[in-house]
Amino acid sequence: MKVFKLIIRNAMRHRLRTFLTVLGLALAVMAFGLIRTLVDAWYAGARIAPPDRLVTRHAVSFTFTLPLAYLEQIQKIDGVSAVTPAVWFGGIYIDPKNFFGNFAVDPVTYLDMYKEIIVQPEELKEVLADRRGAIVGRRLADRFGWKVGDKVPLIGTIYPGNWEFTIRAIYHGRDKDTDETAFLFRFDYLDEVMRETAPGRAGQAGWFGVKINDANRAAEIGAAIDSRFKNSWAETKTETEKEFVLGFIQMADVLIAGLRIISYLIIGVILLVLVNTMVMTARERISENAFLRVLGFRNFHLIGLILGESLAMACAGGIAGMGLLAMTSRLVGQALSIYLPGYYVGLETYVIVVAAAVIVGCLASIFPIQRAVSIKIIDGLRVVD
Amino acid sequence: MIPLGYTIRNILKHKVTTTMTILGVSLVVFVFAAAQMLSYGLKSTLVSTGSDDNAIVIRKSSQSEVQSIILRDQGQIVGTSPEIARAADGSALYTNEIYVLINQPKRATGELANIVVRGVTPKSLELRPAVKLIAGRMWQDAGSEVIAGKSAAERYAGCGLGEKLRFGAREWTVVGVFDAQGSGFDSELWGDVVQIADVFRRPIYSSVTFRMADTTQFEAMKARLENDRRMEVDVFREKEYYAAQSRTLAGFIGIGGTIVSIIFSLGAIVGAMITMYASVANRVREIGTLRSLGFSRLAILISFLIEAMAISLTGGLLGIVGASFLGMLQVATTNWDTFSQIAFNFRLSTAIVIAAVVFALVMGLVGGFLPAVRAARLKIVDSLRAA
Amino acid sequence: MADIIVTARNLSKSYYRESLEIPVLHNINLDIPNGQFLALMGPSGSGKTTLLNLLAGIDQPTTGTLTVAGEEMSRLSDRELARWRARHIGFVFQFYNLMPVLTAYENVELPLLLTHLSKKERRQHVETALGIVGLSDRMRHYPRQLSGGQEQRVAIARAIVSDPTLILADEPTGDLDKQSAEEIMTLLSRLNAEFKKTIIMVTHDPRAAEKAGLVRHLDKGELDG
Repeated sequence: MKVFKLIIRNAMRHRLRTFLTVLGLALAVMAFGLIRTLVDAWYAGARIAPPDRLVTRHAVSFTFTLPLAYLEQIQKIDGVSAVTPAVWFGGIYIDPKNFFGNFAVDPVTYLDMYKEIIVQPEELKEVLADRRGAIVGRRLADRFGWKVGDKVPLIGTIYPGNWEFTIRAIYHGRDKDTDETAFLFRFDYLDEVMRETAPGRAGQAGWFGVKINDANRAAEIGAAIDSRFKNSWAETKTETEKEFVLGFIQMADVLIAGLRIISYLIIGVILLVLVNTMVMTARERISENAFLRVLGFRNFHLIGLILGESLAMACAGGIAGMGLLAMTSRLVGQALSIYLPGYYVGLETYVIVVAAAVIVGCLASIFPIQRAVSIKIIDGLRVVD
Repeated sequence: MIPLGYTIRNILKHKVTTTMTILGVSLVVFVFAAAQMLSYGLKSTLVSTGSDDNAIVIRKSSQSEVQSIILRDQGQIVGTSPEIARAADGSALYTNEIYVLINQPKRATGELANIVVRGVTPKSLELRPAVKLIAGRMWQDAGSEVIAGKSAAERYAGCGLGEKLRFGAREWTVVGVFDAQGSGFDSELWGDVVQIADVFRRPIYSSVTFRMADTTQFEAMKARLENDRRMEVDVFREKEYYAAQSRTLAGFIGIGGTIVSIIFSLGAIVGAMITMYASVANRVREIGTLRSLGFSRLAILISFLIEAMAISLTGGLLGIVGASFLGMLQVATTNWDTFSQIAFNFRLSTAIVIAAVVFALVMGLVGGFLPAVRAARLKIVDSLRAA
Repeated sequence: MADIIVTARNLSKSYYRESLEIPVLHNINLDIPNGQFLALMGPSGSGKTTLLNLLAGIDQPTTGTLTVAGEEMSRLSDRELARWRARHIGFVFQFYNLMPVLTAYENVELPLLLTHLSKKERRQHVETALGIVGLSDRMRHYPRQLSGGQEQRVAIARAIVSDPTLILADEPTGDLDKQSAEEIMTLLSRLNAEFKKTIIMVTHDPRAAEKAGLVRHLDKGELDG
């Protein structure tokens, strides 16, 4: 215990430097955590997708639509319990900067399949009573200050024209990760308009959500669906919802890769800051360490002292950093909530931070230890700096 | 002023400490520069895709070709516009094109990516003189042959010369590879517009591109076409259209990169602060001596600020040099405005170098300020007494 | 009166430690004429270094007035004091206080960087000063390559290079062996005799004090006589 006291006293000799070192480590740990959490949040949609849901889309790419008639045929395939059509509408609210996802769905079957989207029964009734009724996520409604009954104009990009919807329901997410930023409106309304204005584009779905009885048979059932439409002019590609979502998430692959690399570089900065401080400490203590050896202390005592001090600072930085991370991630999460739900620090991130702190603490002490151990006592005593 | 040599030699005195600090700054500047280079690389690739002489017509509000639909008769109307330049044979220099995304696996990872298949006409090549066939030949059987951009050929399965790929319930052979001078076309497959529209059962065009007879008349022509009741279209200068296609992703990378770099820089700034406080602490008596020789507090302050900035500038330059090697690296990712794959290089510009240097200097200034103030505020009598 | 360089009237200086007043100098009256070589002697704690610091304008008296080289010190701002020091004061310290990263030449040149002299003029001045202290052949050496006596001679060269009105020396021989101390004292008295420099030296070494023209004693903050 005496050794521990000496370590702390040593660290406290240069209060300002120790404080700054711990602060530097803490800030870097915070940055590391914020960036890792961003990557995690980005993948949240794929992470939460349940294994018993598939998505069937056009084999060529998601820009092609499938005949609505496929719905009944998919329904008949063994293992499929429900099917619901959806279309990416891609409308713009006033300005492209106000981006949010907007889809045409069949409200009843859609909500039945996607249980994590919770709509009050009485509000759902209102939606079913209004062809132009829309269901919007809570966060999206907050973002633009929308209330039930508000009219929302969307400019069509894929479906031309100016569209107007009336918010009839605001949905909540069942889970923390659930996306509460989507704008859903009635598929039958879109289809009807298409029938009138562009008959060639009526009776088409962007994709089908498919629920299956047994998650273990996902691959088999997916293959069965695709083979059903093989060699037709609109071949399908069925994948799990997770894979489907990942396909979109991959659009940011470069950014994700970049953020990953940056997060490792930050650990490098943590190491640099600590090594810097430990080297300074070693320089100042050369004569002191030599003196301790004169007194009969052995190398392992010195190693313990130096390693202990390095680890103490690394851990203090790690802990302070986790505190900062817990606070800042909340703010960042709030700021990002309209774009990226599910921004919260995972346990794994904390574990990595602790592990990194320990490893960095050890690495940073190597050089000073080597210096303290290798110097001859007589040379050490002579140094006055 | 306190001589620069004094400052520099003091920096060199503590090599390990100085090196650590320089490395810290260089990592931050590297990240900053890399993000800006990525953003700029994407921007310049798309800007170079468009030509100053050309204009492009897409459906009103559709934002990009991928969402645009131009009916065939509307395409013909645009094609008869009097503002269009004439080819040598007197025909109008315009092309109707169709733009389709297909899924094709990446060679590197096997992940599916959205590749552009562009249905083109013979005039398309005339309108884009930068595009040159560098291997193989042009298609002869338009119904089963396509040519591929250089990056597409390299990166995606089935897109290399002589390889086969399947789309639209038909098998296609890549019979030629073209070089589009690093522009966005390098990431595309080109085939015959009639055949492509046919196999995808899309009897429409996505866009009409033409050479303007007189580029100064653009605004008038734009107004005329956009007000034509027979069609609902947006008309853009081709260069501006493509530049706008980089807006979302390039903006995101640029701004996001800056924010991340700033958060990242906090750790390095504190590192610099530690170094500078130590530098002050090691030289208290020297500071007292300089003051007693008649150097002012301001001179001491400036000397330490210069020391901090010299360290951070070195780190900054190191970071920029490191980042400049990224220029050799090509990246392919999905462009958020078109949902399609685009290959581009990290690209350095003078503006990025200047911004990175300024960033590094600011880091030094912030990290060195408090220690320099401490040095300047030392009392001469006390500091002369220091060991 | 023009010949008087230092005039101190009722000069007192106290330090405060936790509201406890510690008097260091008490009612000092002093007139130093131009060209004098004055040695201030006294046991440690007698306040001699404090008096020297007051004369150098790097410390302020608690009460009393002090005029050095025609300026009343209390009237000068921090900034003006720095300029004034550069012009009028040459300082010699017990531990030399040379910049370890600068060569002998560069150390001596330091005070000249506060003047408007050209590089060529500075060179002449530095070479002259180093010539006077007998170190012309050591110009490119760093302090750690010099002996203690040589280091102090460089410090003296630094003190005289800008031709200041007053040279202040704080125990200039305190850290030196007998022979080096002897050399330094010879040098200082030569500066006084040959170059008519006014020198005020604090010392507790009677042998050093012998070389001075006048010796005054400080005891418990009070000046003798």
